Amino acid sequence: MPVKTDVTGEVVTAYLSGELDHHTAREMREAIDAAVDRNMPTLLILDFRDVSFMDSSGIGLVMGRYRNLQRTGAALHVVNTPPQIYKVMQLAGLNRLAKLEKGGVRIETD
Amino acid sequence: MKPINRFALTLPSHSANEAFARAAVAAFLTQLDPTVEEIGDIKTAVSEAVTNCIVHAYPDTIGKIYITVDLHADRTVTVRIRDAGCGIADVAQAMEPLYTTAGGERAGLGFAVMQSFMDGVKVRSKLGRGTTVTLKKKLSLRVASHAGTR
Repeated sequence: MPVKTDVTGEVVTAYLSGELDHHTAREMREAIDAAVDRNMPTLLILDFRDVSFMDSSGIGLVMGRYRNLQRTGAALHVVNTPPQIYKVMQLAGLNRLAKLEKGGVRIETD
Repeated sequence: MKPINRFALTLPSHSANEAFARAAVAAFLTQLDPTVEEIGDIKTAVSEAVTNCIVHAYPDTIGKIYITVDLHADRTVTVRIRDAGCGIADVAQAMEPLYTTAGGERAGLGFAVMQSFMDGVKVRSKLGRGTTVTLKKKLSLRVASHAGTR
């Protein structure tokens, strides 16, 4: 499974793994959306620690989830992004959209 | 400039081949001993170009994607990704960041990624004939880090 989800209270954490491209994005997206629809979190955390590659399809995935969450006012955090992935996200300006962090510490709710 | 080595690959435009295409290019490059970041940059740019072929050039059919990689003595890498698909009506518009014809789950950043991660990006397209994307990157000079290692 390319996505494992964990629910703690009102927080859903999705652990993505493998390579995130146009081919794999759909399955990941569907798994994340299913967990969000089931649990209606106030915060969704996308954890990229086990993602070995990402192209702009990953930007589409993050922006798409962000748009969905805006409807319920839930927050989105993107954490543990490896260097190659961080570079793509930075280029896309995702740091202005989602809370993006380089290190290994998970961000708590605002 | 004549390349010192060349690799050519033809693939059908199945999305499952995106990972193979960028991995194959990366594997061929290793003879120039690029940095991890350079490999990541080139893999990402190749992934964007190949995805464009699959999503845009051949939207409703499976066509061929032609990839060639040229390595030059001055450590310049040239990757050409060509399709014989529908072509792009307005290349300048297609290259604009955030412009996409593919809907909400596509960011429209493919060309922006290519331009940012490579030293040069050239796009030639003819409607109904196909598109060629040429990506260029000059790899950094590496000190002989292997010298003295066992």
